[in-house]
Amino acid sequence: MKPASEAELAEAVRGAAGPLVLRGGGTRSIGRPVRGEVLETGGLSGIRLYEPGALTLVAGAGTPLAEIEAVLAAEGQRLPFEAPDMRGLLGTQGESTIGGVVAANASGPRRVQAGACRDSLIGVRFVDGAGTVVKNGGRVMKNVTGYDLVKLLAGSHGTLGVLSEVSFKVLPVPETAAGLIVSVADPAAAVRAMAVAMASPYEVTGAAWLPGTGVVLRIEGFAASVSYRAGKLTGLLAEFGTVEAESGAEAVAARWAAIRDVVPLQGGTGDIWRLSVKPSDAPGVLARLGAEAVMLDWAGGLIWARAAAGEDLRARMGAQGHATLVRADAGTRVRIAPFHPEPGPLAAIAAGLRAKFDPRGILNPGIMG
Amino acid sequence: MDMPPPDAAVLAGKERIVARLAGVLPADALVADPAETRAYECDALTAYRCPPLCAVLPRSTQEVSAVLKICHEEGVPVVPRGSGTSLAGGALPTADCVILGVARLNAVLEADYQNRFIRVQTGRTNLSVTGAVEEEDFFYAPDPSSQLACAIAGNIGMNSGGAHCLKYGVTTNNLMGVTMVMMDGTVVEIGGAHLDAPGLDLLGVICGSEGQLGVVTEATLRILRKPEGARPVLMGFDANEVAGACVSDIIKAGVLPVAIEFMDRPCIRATEAFAHAGYPDCEALLIIEVEGSEAEIDEQLGLIKQIAARHNPVALRESQSEEESKKIWLGRKSAFGAMGQINDYMCLDGTIPVSALPEVLRRIGEMSRDYGLDVANVFHAGDGNMHPLILFDANKPGDLERCEAFGADILKLCVEVGGCLTGEHGVGIEKRDLMVVQFAPEDLEAQMRVKDVFDPKWLLNPAKVFPLAVSAGRRAA
Repeated sequence: MKPASEAELAEAVRGAAGPLVLRGGGTRSIGRPVRGEVLETGGLSGIRLYEPGALTLVAGAGTPLAEIEAVLAAEGQRLPFEAPDMRGLLGTQGESTIGGVVAANASGPRRVQAGACRDSLIGVRFVDGAGTVVKNGGRVMKNVTGYDLVKLLAGSHGTLGVLSEVSFKVLPVPETAAGLIVSVADPAAAVRAMAVAMASPYEVTGAAWLPGTGVVLRIEGFAASVSYRAGKLTGLLAEFGTVEAESGAEAVAARWAAIRDVVPLQGGTGDIWRLSVKPSDAPGVLARLGAEAVMLDWAGGLIWARAAAGEDLRARMGAQGHATLVRADAGTRVRIAPFHPEPGPLAAIAAGLRAKFDPRGILNPGIMG
Repeated sequence: MDMPPPDAAVLAGKERIVARLAGVLPADALVADPAETRAYECDALTAYRCPPLCAVLPRSTQEVSAVLKICHEEGVPVVPRGSGTSLAGGALPTADCVILGVARLNAVLEADYQNRFIRVQTGRTNLSVTGAVEEEDFFYAPDPSSQLACAIAGNIGMNSGGAHCLKYGVTTNNLMGVTMVMMDGTVVEIGGAHLDAPGLDLLGVICGSEGQLGVVTEATLRILRKPEGARPVLMGFDANEVAGACVSDIIKAGVLPVAIEFMDRPCIRATEAFAHAGYPDCEALLIIEVEGSEAEIDEQLGLIKQIAARHNPVALRESQSEEESKKIWLGRKSAFGAMGQINDYMCLDGTIPVSALPEVLRRIGEMSRDYGLDVANVFHAGDGNMHPLILFDANKPGDLERCEAFGADILKLCVEVGGCLTGEHGVGIEKRDLMVVQFAPEDLEAQMRVKDVFDPKWLLNPAKVFPLAVSAGRRAA
């Protein structure tokens, strides 16, 4: 099914006889395997409103991410949270849709400074499991009118409702970007170096550690300011290793696109895990994981790991936070919960919310475990 | 403003309920004497008052849990209270409720500069969170005007904003985790020093739920390194429309100031007389602040002044010293107090798309003439969050009612142009009955379902947010 309007979408959900597999572009398919009739949102496409002077954009959930990025770029603006392109990592094809980005709360390296997808999301329209159209939030960036279902829907992977329209706060694209590479081989030192950078007043918008390369940092803004801050950071980080500058804005863009899309871990046959931890816990977790390939983003708060297939890395995590099994074969994703199991009371709340929003249990049932 | 009639069974059971609460609290943490409960009869929306059944002032999450467990068993409504600075009546009691004040939960539990967070008990005031990390040159970003008094608990309840959220976001964007007590006494931990949720984003819906889903006793908050410096520029224009166009042009040019504040003539005059901030006498005033090193500030302000010059400002003045900057902000932050010196006033909080600014100001002016009540406008122009202050005389019969009707019309206008009823103060009781203007029945139903899950008996702050007629069936169940 591929409804062409919100009304058709509501009709399709209302009339569904069994489980629905919700699909935007099909590029970031994670979670437990779901069986059912495929419901595509690609027909709900198009930018409904864009006011550059108000930093707001509203689009149908099925609008391709690339289209939104192009329209924003034409006005010198962008989505702040840098949504990753997961095709290379997951081996998927197709065109990522903005609704899929929201449903996964997909956020890239800039999350550490500009917030996650959910932080830029200011409004949603969705169809709940009974086929009722619901709106929440709106098109203004400051809004505390009623409960914030906008955040609840972000990252709900379709289990509370099928998104039909999403609204964002967008930001200007800075004049330029610079990058630094600090030669740090030890992950503990790398996390310390990133902490120094993040605790500086120099507004770092990306802090990652790539084994074999070192700590990489990104600074964005007006040219003079970027060069000033890069200079200050170079001084601050000298104690950790040799500090080199990236060769130019294009190299910086390519570097961070690769980190965003987890290029260093693409390929290979192992399972891919994504762990969110307190940054200073990262070195210890890395040591315990024994993964075959790793990288750190979010100043150490995000661990990407490729590990032997079929093993539950959570058993080795030994720290607070959560781990998501992002890539594994279907059998593994049945055996090991892809989403981090929650303590009883929270799991009960989540189950209660799903039962209320989707009483028949037909929206991507079981995808989040 | 209607409130539901108190539950007669609860009123009749006061002695038993108070005795049970006394069994789990130290003597000084329970206030049941009618003379003393009056201290909790209202919040900053002082037009509405009602003493509670009793008030409790727990000192630990365990005590909060014990209190809620008893209230849950007894079917007693609970109204959580931070510092009582809500302008929306969020902490207004009913005669049958227990006020749960978190003021004594005010400790700093952990300040972690390497990982850039602070964990505090939620009775701590907003400004004292920054105070706790200031020595290390860090700060907590959300800065509501009431920051000297307001508690983090209330900030989380209302998802409070402030003047600097154009750059730093509001409470929800700076909240990493909570310890929360559910109505049945269950203590849950959500989030923490790591980012984002493993499953559904419960933290996102708890923030801004006006104390209706649980009582948050501890919070993990993001802290940031202070910028090297900050400097405001003042610019005056001879028309609101021109100031609005200037804001839009600045944003389009790719500069992102940390704050863009707007005041109209009535507000400028009252504030100037009160705070002597050196504001120019003009139709519309913008305070625009940028951050960074001296050179970075010079560059950004240079660009901003260039843009402003195209709009023929009648005044354009950059702060020359730290002292002057402070004075400029003191003026803005004391705008409400200044208006309070000359009149009773009602402060509104609707948000509008920035592009609708000139039209909305013009129509507010027309309504002001129709209602015969003056209005002063001060607001966060970068994000469209308006704060019209309607002036009235509380001693004049009928004035309050006229003022409320005028306020409702302004908020309806905000919704009509694509905005919302409240940008940072919350719904409380004040905007409760207007919710149907912004939301269809099914939108409200979806929100109430969330409360059904967290608080099935609808005991937590039950008479707020949703129109009483809409929530009646659930509250009675």
